[in-house]
Amino acid sequence: MTPRIELRTSPHVKSPTTVAQIMRNVVYALLPVCAFSVWQFGISALALILTVTAACLATERLFNWMGDRSSTLSDWSAAITGILLALTLPPGFPLWMGAVGGFVAIALGKALFGGLGFNVFNPALVGRAFVQAAFPVAITTFTPAFLSNRFVEFIPTTLTPPLQIPPSLTEWLTGQGLDGFTGATPMGQWKFEGIVTDTATLFSGMGGGSAGETSALLILLCGLYLALRRMMDWRIPAAMLLGAFITAGFFFLLDGDKYPTPLFVLFSGGLMLGAVFMASDMVASPVTPAGVWVYGLFMGVLTVIIRYFGGLNEGVMYAILLGNALSPLIESITQPRIYGARKREAGQ
Amino acid sequence: MGLLNLFKRKTFAHGVHPPEHKEETAHLPIRRMPFAPRMIIPLSQHFGAPAVPVVRVGQEVVRGEPIARADGFMSVPMHAPATGVVESIQLMPTARGPKTEAIVIRVYPAAEQRVLYGAPRDVENMTPDDIVQAVQDSGMVGLGGAAFPTHVKLKPPKDFPIDTLVVNGCECEPYLTTDHRVMLEHTDELLSGIRIAMRVSGASRAVIGVEDNKLDAVEAIKGKLPADGSITVQAVTTKYPQGSEKLLVKVLLDREVPSGGFPYQIGVVVNNVGTLAQLGMLLPQSQGLIERVVTLAGPGIKKPGNYMIPLGTPLRFALEYVGYEGDATHIILGGPMMGNTVASLDVPVTKGVTGIVVMPERERSPAAQTIYPCIRCGRCLDACPVKLNPSQMGRLAAKRLYTEMQQKYHLNDCFECGCCSYVCPSNIPLVQYFRIAKAINRERAA
Repeated sequence: MTPRIELRTSPHVKSPTTVAQIMRNVVYALLPVCAFSVWQFGISALALILTVTAACLATERLFNWMGDRSSTLSDWSAAITGILLALTLPPGFPLWMGAVGGFVAIALGKALFGGLGFNVFNPALVGRAFVQAAFPVAITTFTPAFLSNRFVEFIPTTLTPPLQIPPSLTEWLTGQGLDGFTGATPMGQWKFEGIVTDTATLFSGMGGGSAGETSALLILLCGLYLALRRMMDWRIPAAMLLGAFITAGFFFLLDGDKYPTPLFVLFSGGLMLGAVFMASDMVASPVTPAGVWVYGLFMGVLTVIIRYFGGLNEGVMYAILLGNALSPLIESITQPRIYGARKREAGQ
Repeated sequence: MGLLNLFKRKTFAHGVHPPEHKEETAHLPIRRMPFAPRMIIPLSQHFGAPAVPVVRVGQEVVRGEPIARADGFMSVPMHAPATGVVESIQLMPTARGPKTEAIVIRVYPAAEQRVLYGAPRDVENMTPDDIVQAVQDSGMVGLGGAAFPTHVKLKPPKDFPIDTLVVNGCECEPYLTTDHRVMLEHTDELLSGIRIAMRVSGASRAVIGVEDNKLDAVEAIKGKLPADGSITVQAVTTKYPQGSEKLLVKVLLDREVPSGGFPYQIGVVVNNVGTLAQLGMLLPQSQGLIERVVTLAGPGIKKPGNYMIPLGTPLRFALEYVGYEGDATHIILGGPMMGNTVASLDVPVTKGVTGIVVMPERERSPAAQTIYPCIRCGRCLDACPVKLNPSQMGRLAAKRLYTEMQQKYHLNDCFECGCCSYVCPSNIPLVQYFRIAKAINRERAA
């Protein structure tokens, strides 16, 4: 008896981890952050997350169809982009604008480069940068957390009809008994008003901010899950947070009255979400062991510099996008020394 | 044993931990396989020039008799694996693909099959050069898989003095347990082979490196080491590919074989335990290499084990002897990480075959076989024991930039261990890309 013989090249065994499995785990890790966001901001946050994610998935499918390729939705990467983008937006962000952001994230940030694995920048941040430029007012309109009727009533701006400017929230906020709410996030309060929110509030996430950036603790725990399952390179968030901490520490020691404590810098704004879930995006970061440290430190330092000296109160997005842009360069100068590499002769 | 030992144990950077599957055969003593009715002895089953037949069709041969001579220094002779008659000298299929010249022997079924050829001799009083000649006459090649002529290894160029003999007992490939069994069952022959190799190469000491999943072998050897301390045995961490000679030298001696170079350049000769044990058996008897230990294992094998198989036994005979499943579609010579699948069951067991591993149809789901684009996760960089950048090389290979792969990313330092392909979550056949790239670069250079 002769069996049906097939030829195959070595290795003939394979570790079970696949791309889809890694991406699916990132989605799992993002779910608690989403849940916390919905608990804090109610159905508006839920609608925003679902809408943006749906827009990303639809765009991915559209480009699959246009490129005559089989569906790539099953690799879960478009879902990650959608969820991440939604989490960086204000909870009352108009849904139609969120959908536009989702479309841009996938179309300009990913599909035009060739899809998964070829994008130069983190797609979610490309979408975020686009809506920041296109809708400067809406993206800086924040609403307070834990409104009493957040589970039954949308924030009015959420349901803005497509292509319409969202209504002013002043009247609605007054109706909620929140006269005089400035809508500023802890980052904005510090930058423009000099008010420093206490670190415990920031850490636990009881303050305001974008839909998914409020709880540093929760994000850290979710990141820890990914790192322990080896689905994320822990060195990148570690390096980025370290870079931010050192830079902020330097300025704090220089002038403790003018600059906030390094802990405030670590736990405020989008730094934690950006460091754990966006900077660590494998596709747009270097692969070399030394390179990931350089890359993370660079983004951490840059985040603080932009926050302190730029016109914006938030620097994470541009820091990561710049880090993404530099990553091929970083990679090319940090090639590891191979086994048995010959030392250069003196004088060469 | 204990935790302290674990911390002390040496290892190399990177590497992978595929499931070992050694427990199926590691405890089974080596058994003898009967003679197949027809033996096929390819003239080129080693690194170097093919051997030249010294028998003619129709001639009767006695088990152990030379049937082909070495063609120059970089070649080895062949010996008859069984008593019988030369049926033909013709092109036969080989594991590597193309058919090559082979001597086919029809075995006499009733023959006694005793090795009558050869006579005892006093190796202790032979000069090193005489021993090198004797090693070549025995047809010995590296039994760890490379099949590099042993006498050439033992006699490096004169300007490179050798101080250490490294004995490779790692056997890091999953499933394979031949070296393990040899260390346990042929400890004396192994030590006698080590002493011969030390004398020939001029090494003043020998270090035996054994992965710590074979501590019983370490103990067996320890009990028989000479008192003068010239031979030592060291347990090293079980990790693939610890059995790569370059990595073993690094771990045991903290010396690195220069890129593109050989161990002798840093004063080291590396031999596999199976090779040296065989040497210790054959040289004192002036006999030739006519059989070897092979692990038959894998999910498709019914009676897995370690078998002493006459060289030239067709795979079909060996597999039918141990029994295999009908849908066993992948028949691998060697281990599953670096071995080759064969296209025909008429391929014989040759000197470099460490194992025959039979895998049924891939058990993984179709989704797990989808090839995704590289997501630059960097797992391959963390796995590559040479510290190459397989991710970048894979991208260059996809664009057919083979020259750049070599010039900028050290393609030729890749020894195709398979770690990068093993870990790749995108299922990219990186090693295969690199093999193609190397082949094309070689062709362009020619």
